[in-house]
Parts: sequence; C-alpha cells; structure tokens
Amino acid sequence: MKIYIPMDSAAKALGAEKVVAAIRAAAPEAEIIRTGTRGMIWLEPLVEVEIDGARHGYGPATVGDVAGILDGSSAKALGPVEDLDWMKRQTRLTFARVGLIDPLDLADYAAHGGLIGLRRAIAMSGAEIVAEVTQSGLRGRGGAGFPTGIKWKTVHDADAPQKYIVCNADEGDSGTFADRMIMEGDPFTLIEGMAIAGLAVGATRGYVYLRSEYPDAIAVMRRAVEIARGAGVLGADVLGSGRTFDMEIRVGAGAYVCGEETALLNSLEGKRGVVRAKPPLPALEGFLGRPTVVNNVISLATVPVIFEKGAEYYADFGLGRSRGTVTLQIAGNVARGGLFETAFGITLGEVVNDLGGGTMTGRPVKAVQVGGPLGAYVPVGNFDVPLGYEELDAKGGLLGHAGLVVFDDSADMLQMARFAMEFCAVESCGKCTPCRIGAVRGVETIDRIAAGDRSAIPLLTDLCETMKDGSLCALGGFTPFPVMSALTHFPNDFATQKEAAE
Amino acid sequence: MTTPTPDDIDAILTEHMHLEGPLLPILHAIQHAFGHIPETAHRPIAEALNISRAELHGVISFYHDFRANPAGRHVLKICRAEACQAVGGAALAEATLKKLGLAWHGTTANGAVTVEPVYCLGLCACAPAVMLDDRVVGRLDGARMDALLAEAGA
Repeated sequence: MKIYIPMDSAAKALGAEKVVAAIRAAAPEAEIIRTGTRGMIWLEPLVEVEIDGARHGYGPATVGDVAGILDGSSAKALGPVEDLDWMKRQTRLTFARVGLIDPLDLADYAAHGGLIGLRRAIAMSGAEIVAEVTQSGLRGRGGAGFPTGIKWKTVHDADAPQKYIVCNADEGDSGTFADRMIMEGDPFTLIEGMAIAGLAVGATRGYVYLRSEYPDAIAVMRRAVEIARGAGVLGADVLGSGRTFDMEIRVGAGAYVCGEETALLNSLEGKRGVVRAKPPLPALEGFLGRPTVVNNVISLATVPVIFEKGAEYYADFGLGRSRGTVTLQIAGNVARGGLFETAFGITLGEVVNDLGGGTMTGRPVKAVQVGGPLGAYVPVGNFDVPLGYEELDAKGGLLGHAGLVVFDDSADMLQMARFAMEFCAVESCGKCTPCRIGAVRGVETIDRIAAGDRSAIPLLTDLCETMKDGSLCALGGFTPFPVMSALTHFPNDFATQKEAAE
Repeated sequence: MTTPTPDDIDAILTEHMHLEGPLLPILHAIQHAFGHIPETAHRPIAEALNISRAELHGVISFYHDFRANPAGRHVLKICRAEACQAVGGAALAEATLKKLGLAWHGTTANGAVTVEPVYCLGLCACAPAVMLDDRVVGRLDGARMDALLAEAGA
C-alpha cells in the first residue's frame, strides 16, 4: 500500500505529522511517501492512497480518520485527486511536480521531466539560452515584472572575472507562499533553473537568500543542494558538460526589506540590509560588485519547464504582455485557500468567489489585498479586473507576487491602513527619509483621523504622494498603495469615529 | 545555553571565514549555539573580518533575529501580517499577550517563553499562524493557543 502525505509546512501546521504517526502505527507495512502540497490547503493534511495506479485523496485528515482511510470507508474520501475541480482547472507548469513527487528524490524528479531543460541548455550557447528566455516572455515573478531575458542579457554581456546568480527567496509578503511551497515541494526545479541561469550568463556561483522564517524550506533546500552536488547536477562538471556551477543556501535574519534586491545583496555581503541607490544595476554591479542575476524563486523555478517544453509553448499562455502562468496564492479569510497556477487573465472575482468559495466566515467579501503588504485593497466593485501586470496597474493596483488576501465585511480598513504604515515604520531600512520618517508620521496622521480629525485626511494624501515619489525602493514607495486604496474605496471607515464623536 | 569562550568564537570564525560574505552565517552560528550574540564576541568577529565594532553593532542591531541577550527556553512567534489579521490574528495575539502579562518581545517570569511578532510565516491559507521554536502551527484559536502555551510551560 502506497500512501502519500505532504511534508509541506502548511500540512505540518495543520497536523500532518500526527496523521503520519497514526498511519505508521496502524499500518506498519504501508509505504509512506512524503511529498509537497497539491496547494489545496483547506484539505490539508491531504492523505493520498494509491488504488489501481490512481491517487485517491482523503482530507482534511485527522488522527481519528486514519482507520477509515486505510479501509476506504472514510467520509473524507475525495476520489482521485487529479479529477478534483481545483486540479483540473489549473495549468500547472512551474508547479507540475509539486505534491506529486518526493521532493528529495532526484530520480523521481528526472522521471517527471526534471533535468531535460538543463540538458537542452547545456547544448546551447549562453546567448541562445538568453534568447530562449526572452522569447518565452517570462517576467520577474517577485513583483516588479521585469523581463527576465533582458536582465540575463545584461549580465551575459557584462565582462567580469566572476558573475553570480542570486535567488531572492526572502518571501516576506503576507499572502504569499508560492516560493515556500516550491522550495519544500520541488527544490530541484529551483536548482535546475539556477544552473541554467548560470550557464546562460557565465556565472559559476549561486546563492539562495532564504528567509529565516522558513525553517522547513531551509532544511529541504540544503539537503537538495547536497543531493544535486552528489549527483553531479551541481559542481565542477554540471551533468558532464565540463561547465561549473555550484550554489549555497544563505539564511536571512528577519528583515522584510531584504526582499528588495539591493538590500538583499548587502545582507548577503554581511552588511546592514540597506537599500542601494540604482544605478548601478545589480546586473552590472551586484554581489560583491560583480554582475549578478537577481531573480525571484518562481522566475528561476519556471526556467526548467520553458527549456523542457520550449519558449513558444510557454508564451502561448497568458494575456497581453503577461505571458505564461501566474501562481495565485489565495489566502486570508477564504473558504478554499491555497495555490492555483493558471494562465494570466483570470478575473479577481472568479478567483475569490468561484475558486476560493467566498469568505471562510460566510460573511460578504469587503476587500482583497492583491500583491502583499505593499499592494492595494481592491473593493468588490473591481472584481472584473483580469489578473495581469498591466491590467491591475490600470486599476491602481499591482500584481506583485500574486498573493491575494481576502477580508470579510468585519475588516476595519482604517486599521489596515494604519497597519501598513506601522509595518513600513518597523521594517524601513532607514536609508531614505520619506520612508523612515514618513511611515512614522503616517501612523500618527491615521491616528488623528481615527480620533475624528478630518483635516488630517488631506495631510495623509499629501504624505502618501511624498512617500510614493521620494522613496528609494518599493517599501516606502508602495506603502501608499494599501493606505490610499483603503482611504479611496472605504471612506466610511475613515469617517465613523468623527460621526461617533459628534 | 552557555556563554561562548574565546575558543568557541574562534572555532566558529574559522569554520566560516572561507565564505563570500561570512558575517551573517557567523552570527547565525553563534546565536544557534549560544542563544544570543554576547558582547564578548564582538571584538574577535570585528578583528577577523577587518570591520569596526561600530559596523558590527550596526549589522547585529539591524536584523530582528539577532539577540544581545538569551531568550526564554522557547520562542513563540505570532504572525501579525495581513492574512492572519483577516481571520482574527490580531485579537488572538492581543489575548495571548494579555494572558501572559507580556508586551511583544517579553519573556514569561518563569523563563519558559519569549513572545515575538513575526511578519508572515507563509501559512496564509491556514491562518492565524504561529511558530513555536521551529515548529509551525496553523488555524489557531484560543484553545489551541492555550494548549501550545501549556506545552511550552508558560
């Protein structure tokens, strides 16, 4: 009997280890395979039992369900997992193997399409690899949406004795967990993507800057790097190509701003995680002053599938200038939360109401924060907006890392605006004044509004303009998005105290 | 957790000096072994890396993770970020702190638990979430939090 149970942190956080222990005790002969998560977090822990070659799901499983799962009588039976609506409606390219395979089984990885991309890249010149990435239309999945191929070309064309690939795995945005999921569920795809990037630009060394808040991901990635090195995927002779690429996992230290690429590079160098002014671009003067590709986890983890299936195949998905797939992370107060990979262009309303099933509490949706703590609060009235970089931009929002946090009508948007400013004040690196001082003044100004001082509203608007125009990076520059969207779309939440005072 | 001897610090330095940008790995290693980064470690680190002690202090104090003094026996990190707030995380955090009679970063009188804020554990689809030492727990409510605190000896 083959039983698959995720070892993803979300499954662990919901009791997977207890379920595993109970299954081991009740069925010592069963072969238990730990996997990543399928992304249906509301069904975690999701136990899958292989019956006639198909994996049948049971979830959310508790220790009390184990007997029923083992004899097939459990009321938590979901049928074959691949046939579930959530799975069938997805286009899983980047996440194709997540939840399917043992994350640390390199042979299983290769049996499911792994390393095909790297082998193909080995036979290509650096310039050809860069051209393939450019042709795929892949844009930075970390939030900024900068074309990956152009970034790689800059590093490729730079002349230097040492170049680097740096993976930004400092996934600090609330509502996002795609990086964590792929690092815990399919770490070799990130390693393969970084190796291809290394071959493309002529970089022999790579670093993954992984946040300390993800101990499980750190452990899986470290082990995966050792396994890959042992198997010759990394090292002095990548898959027998005679080319060198090796990498190391580095752990962050709890600073949100280190998700900003120049702050990340400073942190990696052992300095304070302070933002650098650009130019010079990291592509020319990055880690230790050398040309450096800095890409998000999902960008790099998508590279192998582009090389496996071809740039055209990937670019055929999407909408406008947003090509390929987007890994939506549906979170917060939502009935069915999780990760859903689909072509760009799905509307926000479809994601929240149809896929997510509305709020967990059953109350009406009030707002959805799209793109993390620096993303706008989108009201229900804008639910027809298709999810694409330019499309959201046109509505005054940003797609960011494609995290969606749903709030029901009990949310107090003034408090959410205040939190955005408070968070910015806590996490500001302190280099530029609009962010360092502006965020503190922002909290004070919102407190004045909360106390009934309406004259503080134009002050807040003005402050947000200053932060937006004058900040060095997205932390100070985008904090006005949640603040102003809350103020614009939910003015009543900024007026109640005043009315109460009168 | 004990206080590191000069030899302990030297051993950690030697182990990491070959790295590119060794400072954060050194600080993590010291804190991992001794629960904090004591003042006595500053001079040898600064000398080994050829940086000033002021620079070193600047780095240590910049990052939320690094401590000048040991924490309680367990560290409970409660997520304060938006996804957790959307499902009552703020109220749960407030109730927990009140119950323990602590402010953020405080340690219970018996030294069992230090409570820290954290901004996202990546458990946003099963919020509210916390991390007790290295173990993640999701979909927390008052009762499960009480059980967790009891387990930690708070």
